[in-house]
Amino acid sequence: MFRGKPNEVSLPAEDRKMSDALRLPERPSERRLLEMRRFGEENRTLKAEGIRPPGAPFPQASPESGYYGIPLLKKPAWGWEVPVYFFVGGAAGAAAVVGAIADYTGASQRLVRDARWLAAAGSILSPALLIADLGKPSRFLNMLRVFKPQSPMSVGIWTMVGFSAASSAAAFGQFLRDRYGPSFPVRIIEQAGQAASLAFGLPFSNYTGVLIGATAIPAWHENVGELPIHFGMSGLGAAVGLLELMGHRKVAALAVLGLGAALFECWEGLRIETRSQAALRPLKHGPSGTLTRVGGVLSGPAPALLRILSFLGGTRKQTSLRTCAAISAILGSLLTRIAWIYAGRVSAEDWRLPLGIS
Amino acid sequence: MAITAFLTDSTLCIGCKACEVACKEWNQVGCDGLNWSGFSYDNTGAVGASSWRHVKFVEQTPEPGFGGNAPQLNSWSFSSDVCKHCENAGCLEACPTGAIVRTEFGSVFVQPDICNGCAYCVVSCPFGVVERNDEDGRAFKCTFCYDRQKSGLEPACAKACPTGSIQFGELDELKELAGQRMAMLKQRGMTDATVYDASNTSVGGTHALFIVRGNPRAYNLPPQPEVPTVFLKKGWTSSAVAALILLSGTIAAFLGERSRR
Repeated sequence: MFRGKPNEVSLPAEDRKMSDALRLPERPSERRLLEMRRFGEENRTLKAEGIRPPGAPFPQASPESGYYGIPLLKKPAWGWEVPVYFFVGGAAGAAAVVGAIADYTGASQRLVRDARWLAAAGSILSPALLIADLGKPSRFLNMLRVFKPQSPMSVGIWTMVGFSAASSAAAFGQFLRDRYGPSFPVRIIEQAGQAASLAFGLPFSNYTGVLIGATAIPAWHENVGELPIHFGMSGLGAAVGLLELMGHRKVAALAVLGLGAALFECWEGLRIETRSQAALRPLKHGPSGTLTRVGGVLSGPAPALLRILSFLGGTRKQTSLRTCAAISAILGSLLTRIAWIYAGRVSAEDWRLPLGIS
Repeated sequence: MAITAFLTDSTLCIGCKACEVACKEWNQVGCDGLNWSGFSYDNTGAVGASSWRHVKFVEQTPEPGFGGNAPQLNSWSFSSDVCKHCENAGCLEACPTGAIVRTEFGSVFVQPDICNGCAYCVVSCPFGVVERNDEDGRAFKCTFCYDRQKSGLEPACAKACPTGSIQFGELDELKELAGQRMAMLKQRGMTDATVYDASNTSVGGTHALFIVRGNPRAYNLPPQPEVPTVFLKKGWTSSAVAALILLSGTIAAFLGERSRR
């Protein structure tokens, strides 16, 4: 029989006898058990506090706290490529519209050409960014096996494909004309491409608002009615800014468009700030709120103010003010898209909203 | 083919996680790390790309008679969560490749050879079920054991469940069975038992029914799940307005400039 080494803690003689009789090893823990036994015998009842392990009391599930506050929704899995794609696509779509209308109204051919190049560059960068974010980039073409009007992603991909083809054709026609002079076939390519890029550019500049608006993410679908206009205007601000940086700082139409876009962005910012729905929390609080506000100020009030000042100032001052406004609007547009995706991630982690707890 | 469904009865669940294990083993779903959550005995957290069944361990404040525990102890209930296989499935509508389809059994299935990992289904699921696997790149969720059902077998989780908590059968029959079970539970004094199937929402009902005691919120079951397609009309209207503003604004700006020249 096993018998433990005699312990330094000596048991009372009576207990030791009992311990011997039961052939239990003499250990301090035995003493506690024997105490309990004696207590039970004397009082006919034994109450214990029980064990409270570290960390107690433990979190509980309840209708108010949900399932331990574990997020109900899944976070958007998109990487940095998607918000950058939103920015590039928005700017490219708006640039195509500006280029086409400038051509139809007989504005400077240099502006038309630069707008075409901008649209074409964006239309090549857009699919590249989107493909880079796919979990299986090699399977991009699977998007083109169906057309689903009920899926904004499907509608968007087809719009992007159409826009890419059209704006590349317009830019290619431009290149041929610049290089080999005007001819009838070149004119056909150019004009057909331009008309189609106008048609595709209009939805392409803002469909990303529907894309994130028609989802289960509260911060996004709460704003589904404004997001496309917001993104469209953000894209216009960026397109105008990029064209101005390409040297078109004397074109009054661009200044007016830039001011219009900036004023809309001011209004959008006001709308977000003045509403108090719980779903808008990520747009106002925490790091995602800060980013939204910085993006908002850079795309709204800052360029609006600079552009109004540029209307008042002299020619030289005007140019530098417009440059500042352009840079501000471009940065603002990019930050705005990043902020919206970021806010979506934060919103998905808020378990209270889908459970209807505010 | 008959429309099949799950009826997961939390009043019969003992939290053994046989369904989780059986699902992982049959479908060869990879492990997702050994992380201690600190939330009861639940270290899985939620269903996702690598957990297609997930047993929730719902510890609640004491309610005498709830869960059969002593009044001073937390009441404890278990519920095995799974993809809801919605009647109007957000993921299926959102999928731009057509990888997500409705099977002949009425379930929602992600075809792994078509999915290109765009992750749009992830943000379109009102129950947070489907998830992109970061290593693989594609989206995964419960297949409703499409392969087994094709061969006339019941799903692995239902087969492995030792208490009959996970029942598999035809949707209509299970709905009836849920009603009978509710009557039985009410008769036994469990007046807080409810059937959760989201049938009164835009999701239009699910093919995975749940019987839970208490408020479904404590089980992370949303009271008003919305299939994101309900936002489409508002979104595309806004898109059309945005296009109109852009077009008319640009025309006005350039015509204004021409008239000044």
